[in-house]
Amino acid sequence: MSLPPEAVPGRTAAADSGVIHDIGYRSYRGPRLGRSYATRSLFVQSLRAAYGLGRSGKSKVLPMLVLGVLAVPAVVIVAVAILQHGKQLPLDYPQYLASFSIFIEIFLAAQAPVLMSRDLRYQTVPLYFSRPITRGDYVRAKFGSMVAAMLILMAVPLVVLYLGAVLGGLPLGHNTGHFLYGLVAAVLYAVLFSALGLLIAASTPRRGFGVAAIMGVLAVSSIIAGIVFGLSGGMRAEVPGSAHWSSMLSPSMLVDGLVNQVFGLAGDSRATHAPGALGVAVFAAEIAVLVLGSYWLMLSRYRKI
Amino acid sequence: MSTVIKTDGLTKRFPRVTALDRLTVEVQPGVVGLVGANGAGKSTLIKILLGLSPATSGTGQVLGLDIATEGPAIRERVGYMPEHDCLPPDVSATEFVVHMARMAGLPAAAARERTADTLRHVGLYEERYRPMGGYSTGMKQRVKLAQALVHDPQLVLLDEPTNGLDPVGRDDMLALIRRVHSDFGISVLVTTHLLGELERTCDHLVVIDGGRLLRSSSTASFTEVTQLLAVEVTDHPTDLGFDADEAVRARLTEAGLTVAPDGSRILLVEIRDDETYDTVRDTVADLGLGLVRLEQRRHRVAEIFADDARSDDARSDDTRTDHADAARTDDARTDAAGGAHDVAAP
Repeated sequence: MSLPPEAVPGRTAAADSGVIHDIGYRSYRGPRLGRSYATRSLFVQSLRAAYGLGRSGKSKVLPMLVLGVLAVPAVVIVAVAILQHGKQLPLDYPQYLASFSIFIEIFLAAQAPVLMSRDLRYQTVPLYFSRPITRGDYVRAKFGSMVAAMLILMAVPLVVLYLGAVLGGLPLGHNTGHFLYGLVAAVLYAVLFSALGLLIAASTPRRGFGVAAIMGVLAVSSIIAGIVFGLSGGMRAEVPGSAHWSSMLSPSMLVDGLVNQVFGLAGDSRATHAPGALGVAVFAAEIAVLVLGSYWLMLSRYRKI
Repeated sequence: MSTVIKTDGLTKRFPRVTALDRLTVEVQPGVVGLVGANGAGKSTLIKILLGLSPATSGTGQVLGLDIATEGPAIRERVGYMPEHDCLPPDVSATEFVVHMARMAGLPAAAARERTADTLRHVGLYEERYRPMGGYSTGMKQRVKLAQALVHDPQLVLLDEPTNGLDPVGRDDMLALIRRVHSDFGISVLVTTHLLGELERTCDHLVVIDGGRLLRSSSTASFTEVTQLLAVEVTDHPTDLGFDADEAVRARLTEAGLTVAPDGSRILLVEIRDDETYDTVRDTVADLGLGLVRLEQRRHRVAEIFADDARSDDARSDDTRTDHADAARTDDARTDAAGGAHDVAAP
């Protein structure tokens, strides 16, 4: 310390001016917004977390990548349709989702454990339940945020297709109708996939297991459905309607089949569709049972914690 | 709010075990220690008090709110710091505590402001912007405490807050807990299985064992019974065969003091008045020994706890022989508590 003695007081004074003074404890007299506000906050936080927002840069990579992979082909398809002066988009809206469903499944498998397993693994769940929100609120917020995240994921390419088609001069009425079909399909995918994915994710505190289990369930069920479809006549030129019952074995084909049949989108007997009115009723009932059952199991899962 | 926690015959039975057995206790504002061995029912009691787990029978109130029907209202006014680790490693303390404040119902702006305040009060500064995965145990415990305090509760329930801390960290945490009441005006219920550390921190101790109330009284009444003087002397400088401890003990007893050996080389001398110190000094000097230690010591809570447990065994025998007569059982309990006092004050 070679500072002259008189410099020291000045320096201290300067340093003091930067000190944060302890103003003591202040109690909080403001509003407490209660359960529904807390549930909404959890919903928003989880929705952001599903896209890696508010988390590390690394965790943004996969959701953003999947969003990009889903949106870019939509741009290409629109460009092709406009350049070729076609009357229709080469790929209809619900078919677009069905064709790229693997990416929707990857998103689900990667992000559902982000919402559920992390809280279990790091034992954050008791902190939520020691606050005003109930177990039901927690499951509701998580389910809602997963559905919303998947809806955004699927709505972006559909909107790109629709805007591109309309601005590119393709028939407005037809496109609006099919865009809405696409949105209905997106809602069904989102609700069914979220229910199944979150249930699996909530059963394990290990994120890796969750990812593998969700991917496994969706992939294996599709493969089994494909095999059953083939064995029951799916390989023939004229596919019997009964072969399409195999779609019940796979969640993604279940939604695809239901939407195609209800909106009359199945062009030929090979396209996935629910067999007849009975098929529509059964497929719809199965979706409802899967969603409600998963939701109920999730509630009972958290009742024990 | 006069009574913070009040339970009446609170019982919790699981299929295999009875976690709480007719627990009747009343807790006033202040720092209250809930003491019991592992598995004594402390965590079960906290869960029931938070309204998270229904009691099998009995009633209870927290801050005047019924635990069975007003759980959400209780949880809005109470903070809870769990025993286990509960912090996600990839978010910063600030983000985490802000989120927890909003979960407690604070609007976004207030949540941020309260988070900054609370983290500063528990002693986290620049590191609060770093992911919590890199924190030391002491820092993690501070964040856990901060998330329990961030919504300015009227009562915090701290489950083993000193777990895993080194002696310095333990003292810091205990001082912090003391401040939560003295500076912040928040009542504290702190559980531990380590009795020693509660003596300095708590105003009141509740001792439970096997789900039953052993004792509930002020810390002062636990510890101020007698003052003791711990004395330790060196061996005789030349005569190796000389039993220094025995000689000191004999001389002091001769001088009319009550002396008891404690462990290897420490003698516990009961302090009668200020002259006791002089007597000890003179005695040791007379014998030509060196004085290694001369310190005041209180009766430890642990000793009384042991006494309580012993007299409680006696009590439960009473209870068993006369189980049907509830009034008699209560008498027996009072007797047992009184008996514990007697044992503690020889």
